[in-house]
Amino acid sequence: MTTTRRREALAAYGFLSPWIIGFLVFMAGPMVASLVLSLTDYDVLTSTQFVGADNYRELFADDRVRRSLANTLIYTVLHVPLTMAVALGLAMLLARAGRRSAGFFRTVFYLPTVTPKVAVGVLFLLLFNGQAGLVNETLARVGIDGPDWTVDGAWIKPGLVLMSAWSLGSTVIIYLAALQNVPRDLHEAAEMDGASPWARFRAVTVPMISGALFFTLIINTISSLQTFDEVYTAFYGSANQQTYGNDAALFYVVYLFQQAFQFLHMGYASALAWLLFLIIVAITLVQVRLSRRFVYYESE
Amino acid sequence: MFLRSMRTAVGTALVVALAAGCGGVGSSGSKSGSSGQATLTMMGFGTGDEIAKTRFDAANAAIAPNAARASEGSFNAQQFLSAVASNTPPDLVYMERRLLGTYAAKNAIKPLADCVEREKIDMGQFRPAAVAEATLNGKLYGLPEFYNNRVVMINDAAFADAGLDPAAFSTADWRRLSAAATRLTSIDGGKLRRIGFDPKLPEFLPLWARANGAALVSDDGRTARLNDPRVVQALEFTVGLIKAQGGWASFKSFRDSFDFFGAKNQFAADQLGAFPMEDFYLNVLAENSPKVELTVTPFRGVDGRPVDWITGNAWAIPAKSPHPDLACKWIKTMTDSATWIAAAKARAAARKSEGKPFTGVFTGNSRADEVIFKDVVQPSGNPAFDAAVRTVLQTQEAGVAEPLTAAGEEFKAAWQDAVNRVLDGKQQPAQALAQAQQQAQAALDQANRGS
Repeated sequence: MTTTRRREALAAYGFLSPWIIGFLVFMAGPMVASLVLSLTDYDVLTSTQFVGADNYRELFADDRVRRSLANTLIYTVLHVPLTMAVALGLAMLLARAGRRSAGFFRTVFYLPTVTPKVAVGVLFLLLFNGQAGLVNETLARVGIDGPDWTVDGAWIKPGLVLMSAWSLGSTVIIYLAALQNVPRDLHEAAEMDGASPWARFRAVTVPMISGALFFTLIINTISSLQTFDEVYTAFYGSANQQTYGNDAALFYVVYLFQQAFQFLHMGYASALAWLLFLIIVAITLVQVRLSRRFVYYESE
Repeated sequence: MFLRSMRTAVGTALVVALAAGCGGVGSSGSKSGSSGQATLTMMGFGTGDEIAKTRFDAANAAIAPNAARASEGSFNAQQFLSAVASNTPPDLVYMERRLLGTYAAKNAIKPLADCVEREKIDMGQFRPAAVAEATLNGKLYGLPEFYNNRVVMINDAAFADAGLDPAAFSTADWRRLSAAATRLTSIDGGKLRRIGFDPKLPEFLPLWARANGAALVSDDGRTARLNDPRVVQALEFTVGLIKAQGGWASFKSFRDSFDFFGAKNQFAADQLGAFPMEDFYLNVLAENSPKVELTVTPFRGVDGRPVDWITGNAWAIPAKSPHPDLACKWIKTMTDSATWIAAAKARAAARKSEGKPFTGVFTGNSRADEVIFKDVVQPSGNPAFDAAVRTVLQTQEAGVAEPLTAAGEEFKAAWQDAVNRVLDGKQQPAQALAQAQQQAQAALDQANRGS
């Protein structure tokens, strides 16, 4: 390695060091600690006892782990495609809009993203109340008798999925940036060849923004699997709200939180956290593997 | 030259980062300044109203020149655990009495026997049920604050509409109660317009169990009694009431749409016939809809006698409180009868200036209540509220608390989840409570291990 290259490498590591130190102290350290704790009976307040793989054995036999995992996966399977499809549709509309109106709508779509998740949870209860919520009142105007979204176990997750559209602004912005980078001459060439708008979308737009689609697929999947704030606020935030429960809203991280901070089973909660980590890694690996067939990178 | 610059830059960044990190951790917790004066820290208590503010000032005066700093917000287990784990516990914690057992069993809070003896705290001033709710295995872990009574609140307008007499209404005869609930219920076009009688499930199951002569847990807090046939019967009856009023989903949705703390509350809007409720709600109604026609009666058990399931908060001192002696003096003043009386006077004055009735403060301190309701609470000019206050006062003599357990949250979660499963139609009451019994007993056994 030449002296210049070495200097550049050192400089790079120097500039990266705050992140590396932060990662080691605040991410890797707690992760290792959590792995160790997952092998113990730990409640913060009393001495820790090593229990081996007991916590893992217990979580595989725990009905509520299965239930919470199923709830979370169902939510993810519904939420991610919906978010991506709606966000892409909105981004395409924005891409066609004039510069001034695009700026306005970009702000409008993005603003809900900065709404605290806790507020979104409260908003969900207000909007989706089966008797007096705005959603059902709107449905009633077109002759549809809406369900009890916030109480009926069958409708709680669909309601949450619809509510999740509230915060798809950041995905819209990513897609908009990707769409604006699609070379215009490719579309023009396809148009001259007689390709229909749908064919141009399928054969030109989608491949050219496939990198952005893949990125948002990964990010949205991971964040969906870690859904907590809005669900906890809506269904578990207070003694009164816990009466909504019915386990239909028992998401995995909510159950993990209950075990850790309500029941003081920190060791068990650590095991739950590691199971979720492994699930996320597995799903992400599958997505990465599949992406090789669908994602186009300009640099390749 | 470049490498030296880089080393300097990275070194400086590291020092700054570490200093910032240390500053964040070390800045919490109580401090003793250079003058030797301490500032007590606490969790779970805010000075949001005149009751809290008056008492907070009195307690601060008692420990002057030291002082306490309010935390605002309710008790947060995550915050408390983090503080204990990082060796920066607060001097005081303010939490629901039912939670004390969990922390007491793990020695995270101190028994108060020494504190009571040293400060000569008169335990005779506190209501026995409130003290029992702060006692685990014979040791006192908290000084009680409020005394939340449960009584039945009746919407006179709904009763008149249904041709029922509020004065004759009782929860003692379940068959008649069921019939009254059906008569009071209003359903229009398949939509619930008025709930006849809300049994307040799942949170009020302990009250219904008591009404049927049972308790959810043994007196020593070690044995779950969730599968007691009388508890099962109480759950069957109350769930039946809800089924007869349109079923859980629409019942709950409708209940959630109430403007519970507002001027268009369920009484003012005629959306509810009657329900058992904590006494604090009288203040809410007096504040927001003082002209509402209301009757309050005791909640009665099947034997006809009043049943008053009481709850409330308490002050506790963490095991590693930096200033336990000062903390003890502080909580003595906070819960003392003279302090409560001063606070009640402040509330009465505030209400008078607003032209609204004052329905009193129900405390865990019986001596304070005697003076408050004799000298401070005046006839409001609204006979309904005045009668309601008298009813609560009579009822609270029958106050009973659920015994403290070493697994408070898990125990509660077990029976509440069982009720939810029944309400959702997933299980029958006996099956759900049998499952809850197993879960609750396992949690109790684990929490009591070694004690």
